Amino acid sequence: MTLRGAASIVGVFEHPLREIPDSTLTEIHADVAIGALADAGLTFADVDAYFCDGEAPGLGPLSMAEYLGLRCRYADSTELGGSSYLAHVGHAAAAIAAGKCDVALITLAGKPRTGGASPGGNRSFLAAPEADFELLWGATVPAQYALAARRHMYEFGTTSAQLAEIKVAASLHAQHNPDAFLRDPVTVEQVLSSPIVADPLHRLDCCVVTDGGGALVVVRPEIARDLGRASAQLLGHGEALKHSDNGRIDVTVTGAARSGPTAFDEAGVTPADVDYVSIYDSFTITVLETIEDLGFCDKGDGGRFVSDGALVSPAGRLPFNTDGGGLCNNHPGNRGGMTKVIEAVRQLRGEAHPAVQVPECEIALAHGTGATLSGRMGSVTLLLGRADA
Amino acid sequence: MNDALPAQSPGVTLETQPFWDATREGRLVLPRCDDCDFVIWYPRRFCPACGSRSVSWFDAAGTGTVYTFTIVTKGGGAYRDAGPYVVAFVELDEGPRLMTNIVETSPESVAVGQRVAVVFAPTDDGTALPRFRPE
Repeated sequence: MTLRGAASIVGVFEHPLREIPDSTLTEIHADVAIGALADAGLTFADVDAYFCDGEAPGLGPLSMAEYLGLRCRYADSTELGGSSYLAHVGHAAAAIAAGKCDVALITLAGKPRTGGASPGGNRSFLAAPEADFELLWGATVPAQYALAARRHMYEFGTTSAQLAEIKVAASLHAQHNPDAFLRDPVTVEQVLSSPIVADPLHRLDCCVVTDGGGALVVVRPEIARDLGRASAQLLGHGEALKHSDNGRIDVTVTGAARSGPTAFDEAGVTPADVDYVSIYDSFTITVLETIEDLGFCDKGDGGRFVSDGALVSPAGRLPFNTDGGGLCNNHPGNRGGMTKVIEAVRQLRGEAHPAVQVPECEIALAHGTGATLSGRMGSVTLLLGRADA
Repeated sequence: MNDALPAQSPGVTLETQPFWDATREGRLVLPRCDDCDFVIWYPRRFCPACGSRSVSWFDAAGTGTVYTFTIVTKGGGAYRDAGPYVVAFVELDEGPRLMTNIVETSPESVAVGQRVAVVFAPTDDGTALPRFRPE
């Protein structure tokens, strides 16, 4: 059995705000759940499966199902950092294919901007087995990505100006998104002249820190057909838990090198078939390594690949993150995987902003990278296909 | 210079006590699998490479090369006022890549591939953090 065609994403919702001081975390979960179900043409009564990350309040799915009023027969709180929601889509499809549920609701909420949660989330990392061998030397979150960027530069000759091209492309897209946290286009020179945060990464190499949330509704194909609304059919799903590999970490490679081929094989397509990509963009280097590892260019050629406007929609070879991505639009709860899926679905439905909509967008890829390039990361790749109403 | 970096006490567990005890004596020790000879990192009392529960500690040479590094402009927590400092992965001559700091040199002079040797920064509880300086 494969997951190709096993389920469809029929509803998506991105919370429109980037600062939400007046709502609780649970209220944001409810707001995005209501929004995604309305987008799908479904209600709470239709939901029989619920998915959330490990930071959802209380006992996760148990507390949240009660709060939302859901009668669930299936639940999953897989925690893979910012890639969790892409994993949830795959897990929901597997559960649907196995007959365990019909309508799965996936929600995310976070308030790192006004709620006091530190970047990286509320979870305690102090009890992690690696903690005392990583946390005592002052490695900030940007530093953990800078370590990867430095080594990539050393091995492949990648430059800061090439990394900056990724931010520039995201900013060109964000100018069309009225909800984006940063809406002004920036130039390579502006990125390079922004303050160094952790050498060689500049402030503008980093994603935004925003409150927010999002939700997805994943259903059985027969249900999707009856809803009379364009949807995104799951074609392939790949997951990889990449880590420091017993002290032999390679920071130039992401888990996408494993999750990508799994997803492409399941979908029966190749990188050349993909019309649009949502690539997790916690930092510019995250995008660069991921593009290579997914096979859109050779390993080490990412810098050259992105340096001629390849990522700019709709003219570029590989239009990416047309909502402005985590670099400019939104990184809700420091967890950007949810918005990666949402924008991919918008593209397949033809509902992205007209200025950045990819014409005839039939196959989209969404990729999540959870946690860090310099330790452990969840990597999840989804391939989605347009399913007209 | 960055010779006054904070040195917080580690959380010592049953699995990691031999490592931290050795730092009290200025020794860098590593766990190695008695069955497959893999040098394990971070410390565990079993071998993730082969599953063996037979693991022994040995004295590392204390030398290695800079695998990658970054100069952090502004740290957080205990490092908030530490000023620019270098965070690095050092690849020990025995194989493991350790997160650490490069000290006793100007941050701008650090380079990938540079040879470095361990130095120990004492913490309040008598253990010490392994850091590295140019060899």
